[in-house]
Parts: sequence; C-alpha cells; structure tokens
Amino acid sequence: MIAVLRRDLLLAVRAGGGFGLALVFFLIVVILVPFGVGPNTGVLRQIAPGILWVAALLACLLSLDRIFALDFEDGSLPLLALSPLPLEGVVLAKAAAHWMTTGLPLAVAAPVFGLLLNLSPNGYFWVCVSLLVGTPALSLIGAFGAALTVGIKRGGLLLSLLVLPLYVPVLIFGAQVVQRGADGLSVAVPLGMLAVMSLGSLALMPFAAAAVLRVNLR
Amino acid sequence: MTLTVSDLTCVRDGVPVLGGLSFEVQAGTALILRGPNGVGKTTLLRCLAGLQPPLKGTVQGVGEDAAYASHADGVKTSLSVEENLAFWASVYGLAVPEDVYQTFDLTGLRSRSAGTLSAGQKRRLGLARLGVIGRRVLFLDEPTVSLDAFSVKMFAGWIRGHLQAGGIAVIATHIDLGLDAPELDLTPYIAGADADGADEAFL
Repeated sequence: MIAVLRRDLLLAVRAGGGFGLALVFFLIVVILVPFGVGPNTGVLRQIAPGILWVAALLACLLSLDRIFALDFEDGSLPLLALSPLPLEGVVLAKAAAHWMTTGLPLAVAAPVFGLLLNLSPNGYFWVCVSLLVGTPALSLIGAFGAALTVGIKRGGLLLSLLVLPLYVPVLIFGAQVVQRGADGLSVAVPLGMLAVMSLGSLALMPFAAAAVLRVNLR
Repeated sequence: MTLTVSDLTCVRDGVPVLGGLSFEVQAGTALILRGPNGVGKTTLLRCLAGLQPPLKGTVQGVGEDAAYASHADGVKTSLSVEENLAFWASVYGLAVPEDVYQTFDLTGLRSRSAGTLSAGQKRRLGLARLGVIGRRVLFLDEPTVSLDAFSVKMFAGWIRGHLQAGGIAVIATHIDLGLDAPELDLTPYIAGADADGADEAFL
C-alpha cells in the first residue's frame, strides 16, 4: 500500500502529473468571483464560505478521473488487481494520494484565498479545519466514481455528473462550519457531521470502489 | 504444482468464446496457445489468471502464484526504468534482483525515463517485471510483440530458466519461441451457439 501511495505521489509531482493544478484552479475561481459579484465587500464576506467550498469541490473534481484511468490505460490496473495487495488497499492508497495532492494543499492554502474574498477574520481557521476534515470524503467518494467510470472513453464528464450530487452533503456541512465559525457561533454540529461523512466514506468507499473495479476489469 | 483446467468455458463481454477446454500443465513445463486472431487466447489467459471468472469449469493449482502479462506493459512513462521495477518489487514485498537488468538487457537503461524508451525496450521492461515479482505460474499474452530476434532469444532463455526452476508458463504467441513445449490449438474449442450462454436462465 505504501508502495502504491509513494508511486502515485511521485507520478503526481513529475512532469504532467497535475500536482498544483487543483490549487491553481482554486485560485482562479476565487479570483473570478469578486470580478463577477463586484467589489462590495459586505456581499463578498457573506458568500465567501460557500464560494470557498464550491471552489474546493470543483478543484477536487478536476483530477478525479486520473485516479484509475491512467493505470487502466497503461495496463497496470489488472496487474495491481493480481498482486498480493487487496484491491481495497489499492483504492485506499490511491484515494490517499489524491487527497494529499489536492485536498491537503487546498486546506493549507484556503486561508490565503479567504483573504481574497474578504472572509471574516474568525473564519480563516475554520476554513482550514473544515477542508481538512471534509476533503477526505471528497477524495474517497471520487475514487468510487472514478472506479465506476474507469473503462469508459471520456468518462470524466460522466464522472462529474455521478459524483457532484454525492458531494452535496459534504458541501452543505463544510460551508456551514465556515459560516458559523466566521460568525463566532458553535461549529460542533456541522463539524461533527462532516467528520462522520469522511469516516463513513473511509469505511465504505474502498470496498464499494474495489467491487466495481473488479466488475470493470472483467 | 500442476495447473489443471477442466471443462472450462470462458466469456468475453458475457458471450461464451471458448468452451469445453481441459488440459494439464505440469511444473517445469510450458504450454503454447495457438489459434487465429480473435479465437479467444487473451480471454483464456485472463480467465486462467483470475481476472475474469469462468462461466463453467475450474482452474486449479494457480492460487496466489499467478502472474499475467498482457499487450499493455503497465509501465509508467514518467518514472525511470529502475523506479518502475522497484515499484513492482515493493508491491510484492520483494527487492529487485540485481541480475534482472542483465537478463533483460536493461543495464544501460537503468536511469532512463521509461517514456524515452523504444517500443522494444519498453516491452523488455514490461517483461522484466515478471523477473522481479517472483511468481511461478506465468500467463503471457504475446510476450514477444515488438521484440527483435536477439531479445526474443534472450526472453526464451529466461523462460527456459524459469521452467527449470519448477515454474509453469502458458504462452499465447504466433512465433516460434524455440521452447520444447506442447502446443494447443484453440480453434476446435470455439464456443458454438449451443454453449451455455449467460442469458440462458433468462429464457
């Protein structure tokens, strides 16, 4: 598992691997919003938590189809399926690598982007925390979607259609954490729900994804 | 260790391709699969390796010892030759044996990025994976595609060594590898309309 994780991280940072792509995409979306909404800082402050989370979600989506599609194309996926490593472990390692190259950098960089949206000062910490807690669910659910669409040509679009509705609860509670945190209210309930979703996906998604991968590899 | 196949029916996309296959391969021997394009050599190999469950029949004696090599090499182009082999070795919990570079004529290419290799060199790297993962039952699908005459001989030599060490190899190929192995023509086993199709229960 460590071997798969290490290889995927290495592949991501090598040329053409797409590391940083999510971060730059996130940055661009966040920069575009004030242009569209106008320079009214009050409005920006109000919508900042939602925009940050929607942007993070879209940035995460950008690299999802690479999780399995590349390995499927060059033939490594059936070889991995025959290796002593359980396919569930492969899925988990690949989802972890995806999170480390998208979710984690997003969470770390989000406070800076919050500044661009005039996020209230109390919110910076909670943006970071909510993304740290919530993005693992995005990567894990995404890995399931990627496994579903692995054999399909141009499956990326279908993947977005399948996965985005599943992201809705994460988005709602993630944005709630930031909103409430920024307003100085208690964040215990939405943060708890967010953690539940991440832990639930951690428990279920590797098995679900491995099952559909086995069907897709036939 | 013996690979025993009895009354096997393989399916591709739900359609039976080959039916009624039975054969045995003893440890230390190879079996060459022959047949025209599309007869089902790849399907059979995938089925034997365990990637595709058979419709009927059993494959015994493989267990956790199967290795499969297909048309696609599973080579990552942005990693170097060494990194590619090291990855497969660590997935199997092994170390890369030093002589594998010599055997597959990769010594001068060790630190080259796999993306800059020629088709034949890439193929050799893909086959070298078999020398790294230490599996004993090999299912090889056209292993010599894009290899030159010298590399084919070298690979045949490696297979011979593998068999002498008690391994098993089932190879689908159109060329003569120079192995002293029985051949199995798959043409008589093409599944006819009377094969137990997956949809029969439906009718």
